[in-house]
Amino acid sequence: MTDDSPALDLRERTDDESRQRLARIEATWASPKGFLGWFMPVNHTAIGRRFIVTSFVFFLLSGVLALAMRLQLLVPLNGLLTPEQYNQFMTVHGTAMMFLFAIPAMEGLAIYVAPLMLGARDMAFPRLNAFGYYVYLIGGTAFFLSLFFGMAPNAGWFNYVPLSNKEFAPGYGVDIWTTMITFIEVSALTAAVELIVTIFKLRAPGMSLNRMPIFVWAVLVMSFMMLFAMPSVIVASAMLMMDRLVDTQFFVTEGGGSPLLWQHLFWFFGHPEVYIILVPALGIVTTIIVTFTQRPVFGYTALVLAMVGIGMVSFGLWVHHMYTTGLPLMGRSFFMAASSMIAIPSGVQIFCWIATMWGTKIRFATPMLFVFGFFAVFIAGGLTGVMVASVPFDRQVHDSYFVVAHFHYVLVGGAVFPLTAGLYYWFPKLTGRMMSERLGRWSCLLIFLGFNLAFFPMHQLGLEGMPRRVYTYVPEMGWQFLNQLATVGSFVLAAGFGLTLINAVRSVFRGEVAGDNPWNATTLEWATASPPLNSNFPQPPVVDSHTPIWDWQQDDERPVVGGLRDDRRETLVTTLLDARPAMVQVLPGPTPWPFVSAVAASVGFIGLIFSPWFYVFGILAIFVTFVLWFWPRHPYREK
Amino acid sequence: MRPERRTSRRPLASSRCTVLTAAVLALSGCEGVQSVLSPASEDARMVADLAWWMFATAAFIFIVTIGMLITGIALRHGREARRISFRNATIMVVIGGVIAPIAAIVAVSLSGVMIGDEVEGEAGIAGPVIEVHGKRWWWEFRYMDRDGNVVATTANELHLPAGHRSTLRLMSDNVIHSFWAPNIQGKTDLIPGKVNTLYAEPEAAGRWRGQCAEFCGLQHGLMGFVVEARPVDDFARWLEAQASDAAVTEGRGLQVFMDLGCGDCHAIRGTPADGQKGPDLTHLASRQTLAAATIPNSRGNLGGWITSPQDIKPGALMPAFAPPPDDLNALLTYLEALE
Repeated sequence: MTDDSPALDLRERTDDESRQRLARIEATWASPKGFLGWFMPVNHTAIGRRFIVTSFVFFLLSGVLALAMRLQLLVPLNGLLTPEQYNQFMTVHGTAMMFLFAIPAMEGLAIYVAPLMLGARDMAFPRLNAFGYYVYLIGGTAFFLSLFFGMAPNAGWFNYVPLSNKEFAPGYGVDIWTTMITFIEVSALTAAVELIVTIFKLRAPGMSLNRMPIFVWAVLVMSFMMLFAMPSVIVASAMLMMDRLVDTQFFVTEGGGSPLLWQHLFWFFGHPEVYIILVPALGIVTTIIVTFTQRPVFGYTALVLAMVGIGMVSFGLWVHHMYTTGLPLMGRSFFMAASSMIAIPSGVQIFCWIATMWGTKIRFATPMLFVFGFFAVFIAGGLTGVMVASVPFDRQVHDSYFVVAHFHYVLVGGAVFPLTAGLYYWFPKLTGRMMSERLGRWSCLLIFLGFNLAFFPMHQLGLEGMPRRVYTYVPEMGWQFLNQLATVGSFVLAAGFGLTLINAVRSVFRGEVAGDNPWNATTLEWATASPPLNSNFPQPPVVDSHTPIWDWQQDDERPVVGGLRDDRRETLVTTLLDARPAMVQVLPGPTPWPFVSAVAASVGFIGLIFSPWFYVFGILAIFVTFVLWFWPRHPYREK
Repeated sequence: MRPERRTSRRPLASSRCTVLTAAVLALSGCEGVQSVLSPASEDARMVADLAWWMFATAAFIFIVTIGMLITGIALRHGREARRISFRNATIMVVIGGVIAPIAAIVAVSLSGVMIGDEVEGEAGIAGPVIEVHGKRWWWEFRYMDRDGNVVATTANELHLPAGHRSTLRLMSDNVIHSFWAPNIQGKTDLIPGKVNTLYAEPEAAGRWRGQCAEFCGLQHGLMGFVVEARPVDDFARWLEAQASDAAVTEGRGLQVFMDLGCGDCHAIRGTPADGQKGPDLTHLASRQTLAAATIPNSRGNLGGWITSPQDIKPGALMPAFAPPPDDLNALLTYLEALE
């Protein structure tokens, strides 16, 4: 093992004193074991891992729903699914892919990787972190379970009113959507808040903002976007919930409300949402390109500005989802220009990456192959994106299969390819073992081919007049052949993801042992053991560039922070811009109260579907559990 | 109405078709009755031309970008790593990431505003005003006279005078629908509490299909309609016929119709049946399709639709009826007489 890791300092020393000290630190930061222990850990590595695993479970389940829909569309007038089932599957597929997979997967990766990249020992609010996870787990599970009771929402993931009003959507389906989505977004908000604080205040000494890894910048932009976008959907779904439960009339025309208000509120969230998923993926791509070319990224500042730019512009585009609602052309034109403006930061990033890779010896391992897949698919999706920004063209293809093709190219190309690349890339850090390269290559090939076979024909289908969200079509339309191609492609795609799943499960047990830094990467998560030590860094590192590990290799020395106590969870707080050491924060230890609070909140939210009185119950129950959560206990008291 | 321009474009259109759809897509053909790429109006043609321009440009940008990526990577072979100079890399990023996108933004925005203005404009309105009502899950078309009175009401079939710009007023009293007849015009939503306007100007006589494009519930998938453009005189005759009362206003079939309660939802002008929930059946036999452009209008299909609509369109608001065979026959004979 190369001696390039501050984490190894104590581990490599053989004298008794160092060994005992390491053992003490590790015991202080250990998570409880056993069944009850499962409800207590607060370390970001434990929570992040759970987020990632849970989100991929939802990804697989939603993927199965997509396969069922593809089978239904295999032949015209197919009777495999009833319209009701199809609409439920479609709604749950869309909602779950967005709210239960894409956002939480990015959050989970951010929660797992970002603090390690920052050289922090944990996140700023570890218990809030745990609370966010349980909220997500319970909310997501309740949402998905509704499908098995046949009472899943069926009004589409966008839930347009009046279709989602009580009159046209009786039953509990839409109530489950509004309450559970509001609930899950609480989890996204907690993640956003603590990621921002962690990134601003818990960076390793010397990691000024301009030395922060690009991935962390991406997470920061994502978090701020969540902070501004999520309240919009929370407000909108709360209003819809009230329309349905207590007869407010926010969206009812006869009561002075407006159906278009819902669309504005929903897309004010819904469009940034796409970039909330995309931006961290851009960070993943940058990270992997840097590692596999072994070269610092070209245009660091340009890349950061591009991501910040995307974050800002993304809040000014939402009306391009509403080109067909009869708004004045002048108003739409503004959003047409704004929408196509996204091409600038995207173009800057793509060419910065090409410049980084230009003439280098690239290591063609699986993560890099997925990044190449990202390039092809995402650029294609981006180009159709500029097309649909055009008002007259969009009025033809809006809500047709062309748009289905477009956003799958953008979301799968822009988020799922990088996320899968990230899975292969960080898997050794998570588990200590490598994933199989051979299976990985096959998986990448199948995913790439299957994806294009499934979604490319949809462009043509849309132009030939096939609208979205249809449970079937008449044979005279001539859409059958392209639909069959798409269905075959979807199964190839599923087989590709199946290979990655098998690969991951096998590698957990039988993968090659990875070592601390198998890819010879430069960011700090590779400067601790794989999987990371309980404390991440027994002696937190000090950095003075944005390629710290490579610097240490060159200089053959590693500055570290000393003087932190080893009998309680201490981490270093640094200043916002320059990351000068400012103070020591004592972080709280394991506790079951976030779990209990999350359960109380869940009962309150789920109960709302049946009676408004659960609102009162929820507030009281959460108040009590919060008091117990914040009750001062051992780590805070001086001995 | 620029015939010379049109004829010069026809051969081009078919060759373009092969460009995009080479390989796998070629089999599907480009002639469609519900297709963006077979425009039948000047409005739709401008948008289709815009689409082809954008496809070609996008394909070019895609090839150049991926080509640069591959070139950059391929350079390493057989040599030491060849780093690009900072200056050249900056030039590449500025051209590819700033200048080219700005050119694209300007082109997309200007063409969008200009074509949008033309397509959505009311210049040259000469055709009738037609109210389009989105129902669950079918279409009602009401033809208005100059004073805004309803002349004729029909369902699931939009008839237009060829060569005239007709005004469509889109409205809904239930959920949001979207009117989309891609050969004629881009889509516009039917939103409760709001009246949207759309212009339709088919160049020549012809028959196309349209469909609801905004998810509207169980039968969204089969909420289609027929668009038929006729020469102006022909259209006037058709409208006159549609405006008249039913051809047959008595008889056993009508009795069955009333006894079954059909008249509570359907209207047959000239008879006591005056329901407003379902399609107006006054001239049912003149229509080409049943159940919102889902099945051809034949005696067998009509019988099937009356006795088991839920098998044809699960969730449709039309209940099933099971009259004795004699009654059903009389009913079908009557409905078939409603020319």
